[in-house]
Amino acid sequence: MPTLRLEIVTPDAKTFSEDVDMVTMPGADGELGILPLHAPLMTQLKPGELRISKGGKETVLAVGDGFAEVLPHRVSILTDLAVTEHDIDEAAVQSALERAQAAKANKDLGSEEQATVEAAIAKSLAQLHVKRRRRSA
Amino acid sequence: MANTREIRRRIKSVKNTAQITKAMQMVAASKMRRAQQAALAGREYARLLNEVLVSLRERVEEGAHPLLVERPIKRELVLVLATDKGLCGALNTNLLREASQFKTDTVRYVASGRKAVQYLARTKRDLLADFELKDAPGFAETKRIAKFCVEKFLDGEVDKVTVVYTHFVNTLTQKATVRTLLPISAVELHGGKTPVADEAQKVNSSGFIFEPNAEQVLDAVLPQFVNFQIYQMVLDARASEHSARMVAMKSATDNAKQLVKDLTLEYNKVRQAAITTELLEITTAQMAVGG
Repeated sequence: MPTLRLEIVTPDAKTFSEDVDMVTMPGADGELGILPLHAPLMTQLKPGELRISKGGKETVLAVGDGFAEVLPHRVSILTDLAVTEHDIDEAAVQSALERAQAAKANKDLGSEEQATVEAAIAKSLAQLHVKRRRRSA
Repeated sequence: MANTREIRRRIKSVKNTAQITKAMQMVAASKMRRAQQAALAGREYARLLNEVLVSLRERVEEGAHPLLVERPIKRELVLVLATDKGLCGALNTNLLREASQFKTDTVRYVASGRKAVQYLARTKRDLLADFELKDAPGFAETKRIAKFCVEKFLDGEVDKVTVVYTHFVNTLTQKATVRTLLPISAVELHGGKTPVADEAQKVNSSGFIFEPNAEQVLDAVLPQFVNFQIYQMVLDARASEHSARMVAMKSATDNAKQLVKDLTLEYNKVRQAAITTELLEITTAQMAVGG
């Protein structure tokens, strides 16, 4: 059975590089499930949850903004954030979220800063979502 | 022959110098470790981003995005990434030699680092802007530089943007490098080599899906690519700076220590000679009196 070589990198480190059976990622237009031999595809990613299944087991990561390139046997994901559910520090993320929201309330931000703050909020929410969903399940 | 007091004074001053260079070496070494880690951590991301862009570049026409368009080069912008401080060996000399190889009349400069600013002012080059960066540069800071370059390129003020920076190879080797930043060309992406066929290229362009669409993907990928390239080059420049300084200070310390050794030997010789002369004088005087 064909597999997919999945590579996830962030500017700080290579987070993941393995052969997997399936990847589900948050694309710009909604969730995308990628199986081996998928048609070549290039997509934008938005902050959200990325699921990897390998040998019947599922790993969940929270990812930030980025891109993914899909080729029949390879998926390359470039993102500014990628953490596994286990590594998410809920308290730290929560306080980062609060800080970002406070910054957002501050009206005199330039458009550039506004975008940075928005991105930070989206990233924090994605992480919290991943962490909390697992617990309730 | 120099007298003993003179030599003693010199030994003391050289020892002081050695102490200072030793301290600088330690500081540089600790900064170096951090800077090297940062520079190397980004390599993988840069490689993959590059790969993605290579396959992307082959699937869209040249005119698909303004950042890809190659225009006849009338004016050029050169970004020079140098250091703020000296005492880092031949690093800046090599870098600025590369930077000065452009034709003066068509080139305008953007600089980061005081050494580059001073040099460009001294040689009366056309300096458009200079950016100050902190010691551990953040992505947001380098983004300003990228934004400036991209704006100049898109306004048509310049037709090409080149970066001169020091590529970090390892602690002992740093290479002054010239790279084209804009327009984003396929040749540059391949690291100067002509493209080779691989799995990615066998897929023809009609079968490639862009989500949401090609324009939006390009709009997101290309600026990110430029931002990240500059960020990575700044990190490289920093890692090179600290490595070069560490090595320069280490050899300075070693030289000072050698000098102290030589001077001590000289000092002992002079002291011995003085004692011998004195003894000789006493004996001669005694013989003169006794005889």
